[in-house]
Parts: sequence; structure tokens; C-alpha cells
Amino acid sequence: MTHVPCLIPTASSSCSSLLPETIVAPRPMLQEIFAAPGDASATGLALAQLPGGEGGSAPLFWVQEARAAGEAGRVFAHGLPPRLRRPVLHVFVRKARDVLWAMEEGLKCASLGAVIGELHGNPQALDFTASRRLAVAAERHGVPAFLVRTGGHAELSGARRRWRVESRPSLPHPYDPKAPGAPAWSLDLFRARDMRPGIWDVGYDPAAHRLDLVSATGDGAMAERPSRYG
Amino acid sequence: MTRRRIVSIWFPQLVMERWRNAHPATDDAIPLALAEEGPHGQVIAAVNAAARHGGARRGQRMTDARAILPTLAIAPADPAGDAAALAAMGRWAQRWSPWTAVDGADGLLLDTGGAAHLFGGEAAMLAGMARAFGALGHTSRIALAPTIGAAWALAHYGGKEQVVIAEDDLAAALAPLPIASLRIDADAVLLLRRLGIKTVGALRGIPTEALGRRFRKHRRAIANPLRRLQQAYGDVEEVVAPLAPHKVYRASARVLEPIRHVAVLEPVVADLAADLAQQLEEAHLGLRRARFEAFRIDGHIAQLEVETAAPVRAPAHVVRLFSEKLDGLDAGFGFDAFALTALWHEQMDALQKGLEEDEAPGISFAHLIDRLRVRLGAGNVRLAAPCASHVPERSIVWQEDMGAPGAFGEILRDRPIRLFDRPEPVTVIYATPDGPPRRFRWRRQLHDVARSEGPERIAPEWWRERSEVRLRDYYKVEDEAGRRLWIYRSGVVGDGRGGPPQWFVHGLFA
Repeated sequence: MTHVPCLIPTASSSCSSLLPETIVAPRPMLQEIFAAPGDASATGLALAQLPGGEGGSAPLFWVQEARAAGEAGRVFAHGLPPRLRRPVLHVFVRKARDVLWAMEEGLKCASLGAVIGELHGNPQALDFTASRRLAVAAERHGVPAFLVRTGGHAELSGARRRWRVESRPSLPHPYDPKAPGAPAWSLDLFRARDMRPGIWDVGYDPAAHRLDLVSATGDGAMAERPSRYG
Repeated sequence: MTRRRIVSIWFPQLVMERWRNAHPATDDAIPLALAEEGPHGQVIAAVNAAARHGGARRGQRMTDARAILPTLAIAPADPAGDAAALAAMGRWAQRWSPWTAVDGADGLLLDTGGAAHLFGGEAAMLAGMARAFGALGHTSRIALAPTIGAAWALAHYGGKEQVVIAEDDLAAALAPLPIASLRIDADAVLLLRRLGIKTVGALRGIPTEALGRRFRKHRRAIANPLRRLQQAYGDVEEVVAPLAPHKVYRASARVLEPIRHVAVLEPVVADLAADLAQQLEEAHLGLRRARFEAFRIDGHIAQLEVETAAPVRAPAHVVRLFSEKLDGLDAGFGFDAFALTALWHEQMDALQKGLEEDEAPGISFAHLIDRLRVRLGAGNVRLAAPCASHVPERSIVWQEDMGAPGAFGEILRDRPIRLFDRPEPVTVIYATPDGPPRRFRWRRQLHDVARSEGPERIAPEWWRERSEVRLRDYYKVEDEAGRRLWIYRSGVVGDGRGGPPQWFVHGLFA
């Protein structure tokens, strides 16, 4: 399988919009991520976009609707990537309206590292106005916000970037060919304000906290290096 | 250590003297008793000298006293007034020492350590106290000793008007006193008398271990002679809890026309909050819990309480906390008065507000938690904290206390990012003898295992769990589509803890 290391985007590069660097949002904004119910890749993508490492004690604010927690489980802080080990403030609510309210309150608090809200299906409370409010609050206070949607379909939304994400076979495990390796996801950016939509296959390295492109064909032998580096 | 110098003042005739002061024209030759209501009729609360001479005494039933002394005159006692008068005297006694407390129904305690020289020495100070209370119309017995217990005992049982006991004379002064002087209840006194112990000195002669064993079940100090003995001799520390100026921070407002619409209450709360904030600011206090009361004209009071995670004063924040709840109030025929009371406050020193106030319109973490709790309930806003356990669901506790979140350390094994509250059972279609299933059904969907890692065996915590709990073998599996699941087999074949092992999905990897 071909594994392309992370590149630094350059203006001259014709494929700069394809580079994973731009997948990570350059500034705090509201992003909406759709995923199937039993798939944690949306959580992974949200976490992969957070700034890791130094100064990483800002707590994560996690708002879960009861149904979303039932469908995809509760966030398990021991499973956070090593660079994102930090306090998790968890709010458990029954109504989608309260999820949106809690997220908006959280976005006003600039000392939070991120606000992640999870909704199941297409609740009525999540309309364009509600998502637009979140988008404005996120940009005003500089807190990254993620709306993780399980089992819903895309309607009108004010989110700056909207993704569909699903798991794809993981990267090879360095020591054990039979074991799953670092996670990999198929990303579909179907609507975005600040970049061209596109489709990528990325792998995530939890230790380095980095997204890398992987080849779409996948699962070949580790035979050749990409020629353009040669 | 410099020992304390405790003054105990006892007013033996407090109740009668108060009555006497209020009724100056009374003839003292007539026997008089003040009566209060007891469980079985009137009981004598105080008697004057003539009545005492005739045989009436405190605590006696009025009918009994009447039988002995038919000429006994009766007047109603005023226990609440007596207590208030004693409290006023306690505050007045702060002229000698700020550490002043009311002691029981008829005494005062003062910690006068380091204060006596201001009043001409200890003996002169006591004489001055006696004179001052005498001018108020009260006889007093005053004792000064290094401990509260000793001062109390000498004031009540010392037999002198004023006693000063130096540190070295303490044991000698206490030894001849009766055991009742130890501030113990009647049962303990009776028990000690039955044991033949009549004086404090005799009790002191008994080994501490023996006494401790005998009274080990008596937790309250008043029933435990050993504790009282140690307090009197200064083996155990006991302090005077001073009469603190108990200030209630409260803002109130009245309106001319009753307010019937809850919607217009917010400005009222804002006014009160601003008023209260000013009071608290002067005292360097911040609000932790506040109660808003709205008085209805039909005599009902509607109440709301809010609590904050950290001391606050900002009126806007207080208003926001209340405004979530105001809708729930029932105005009835209207509210005409309002009050905002600080039920709990904490030290909060002045902080500079931001230089550019408009620059940061955000809220702090503590404010965020307050707002979330008010609306969603305290139990739903929690912080994940690590807990020392190998069992995944127990390795995280969700704590409501936001004080100090524990750090999540390095875990050697891979852990899923999401964990189900209840592990979900899966149906195994194609099993392998050792290792994870090759094909299983979870949520009505078939999953073909393409890759797997494991097992990681997590044994039950026998010190915490029942004996039937089975061990778990966890596998990280990936299906053909790339979904990574954390599944486990509960138990192994032949472990004698139930039927064949079962499989569950416990978490999801990103």
C-alpha cells in the first residue's frame, strides 16, 4: 500500500487543494461531520483537526444527546490520542434543542479547547438558523466546533465545512500484518466555504497527531515508493 | 505554647433578676416563681429568695411548689427574652475580649488571653466585670482559668465570687470540685456517683485507658466524662467559638403595583443583583448560592435558588442564572415585594475587570458550568476523571466536582474512543476455536472480520465483584468495510461461571 507523507502546500502546486494540510481547518470554525451510527470515524476526524501538543490543557467540551450516546457510545477519555489527553467536560442531554443551547454556551467560553456536539438523525431544532448561530459563535470566540451527526442526512446548514466520513481499512500495523493499524477514513467534503470540496482517503497517526493521504486503491504491497519523490 | 486565659461568667439568678429589673415595684418579701410551660404542666423557671426559702426550687412542678408554699405568686417566664438578653450581654462583653461566646442559658465565655493587662491585671479585670454586670442588675460568678472546662467548673462550683487560677494551680483547684462541675449530663453524674467517684480529683486518679474503655460508646462530649476531664485539664484543646457578627447579605425591593407577568421580573432581579453585588463587594465576598424570593399579595412566597461553581458578584451573571428559571414562577394575583439573599458566600477579593470590557464578551469556565447546571441539572454536567481500575467501564468516573480533574496518563494498550454504556451482544455466525469470530452479526448487520488484534485479558476485580463475574478477552477487530470495533468474549469454556462464552461489542475505535 502506498503511503504518501504529509506535504507542505505550495502555491505553485496544482494539486494543493488535495493536500491534507488544508483538511485541517486553518482557524476555528463550525464543521459538520456525518457518519453512520456504528462508526466512530466522525469522532476521529473531529479530534484529528484539533491542535495537539503544547498548551493542550484546554478542556474538551462534549455534548451528547441521549440517542447519539446510545447509538455510538459515550466518549472514552482513555482512548483520546496521546496529544489530546486533557480534561473532558461531558454534558448529557435528552433534547436536541439543549444540545444546541449547550454548544452555543460552550462556544462563548474561550478557555475551551473544542466544542463537540453529537446529534442523532435530523432533529427539528437543528435548522439553518441554529447552525448559523453556532458558526458565528465559533468564529467570534475562536473555539473549534464540531457537529457530529449520526444517521442523519444533510439539510441546509450554516456550517463552514461539511463532511461525510466513513471508515476504510486501516493502515498496516508496523509489527503485525494481521492486526488493524492506524485508523484511515474516506473523507467527502461536500460543502465548504473556504476551500474546494473534494474526496480524500486519509490515514491518521495518533502518536504524531497527523493526517496523511493514503492511496485510494489501498492494500497493495509495500513495494514501491511514489515516483515523484524519487 | 501560651495557654489561654478563659473567663467563665455565670449569672445564677439571670431569669429572676431580669424579671425583677423589669418590675421594680415588686415586694421581695412575697415568694415569687416564674413559670414556663413544661410537658406536664407549668414548671418553675426561676424563684426569688423568699420562695427559695419556702422550699420552691427551679425545675419543680408548679403544683408541687404550690402545695409546699400556698402563698407562692406566679408570673410567666420569658425564655426567648432571656436568651436575647444574654446574647446582648455577650456582645456587650466584647468590650473585654472579642472572643466572646454565650455559654448555655445563663453564662458567658470569654477568651481574654493577652487582654487582662488592659484592665489592670486579671483580678482587677474580674472585679471590673462583676461591677459592670452588677450595675446591670445581675449577680455573677466569674472564674478565670487556662481552660474552658476549668473556668466553667470554678464559676459554677468554685463557691467564690471571683477566682483566678494560674496554670500551675489548675490541678489543685479542680481536684476538690464535684464531678457535676465537669459539664456532664445527669446520667453521667449518676453513673459516676454509683461508681463512688465524687470529685474531679478522684476521677483524675483513674487511669485514662480504663475510663476510655468504660465510656467509649459515649460519643457526645456531654455524656463522656473522660473527654470533659481532658478538656478541663487542657489535655484536649477546646476553643471559644466567638459570637460573630452574623450579617445577612440581602437586597429587597417593593413595587407599587403588583407584578403579574413573570416576563417583567428580570429587571427586578437585575436591580436586586446589583444591590447585592455592592454589599458583597464592600465585604470582599462572592456569591455561591442565592435565593430569590417573590412575595405574592395573597401571602405566598415563590422561591428560586441558584448555586454557582465559583464565587461571583457580576450582576449580569446572577441575572442570567435566575432568568432561566423565572418562567416557572406562579404569579397568582401578583408579586409586590422581592428579595435576593446570599445564602452562601465566599471570600472573593476585588479583581480588575478587563481594561477593554467589550473586547472579550465571552464567559469563564466556571460561569459556563453554572449556566449548564442551572438549565440541564447538576447531574448531567460532569467531568471525566481517571480511576484506578482495569475494567474499562470503571476506569473513568464522571464526577460532578469540577475542582481538580485528574490527568489521563499513558495507557499501554490501545483503547477505543467511544465506549458503550452497556456492552451490546453480538451473534457469532462463524467462530474460530481460539480468537475472535470470523463473522458476526451486530445490530442486524453482518461483519466479516478482516484483521484482529488480541486478546487482551481483563480479569474481574474479585475484591469488588461477585464471584460469578467472568473474565473478558478483548479483541480489536476490523471488518471488511474498515470499521474498527472493540469486542470481547465474556468467559472461557469450562470456567464454571455460566454457559458458553458470549460475545459483546464494547467500544468503537476511530
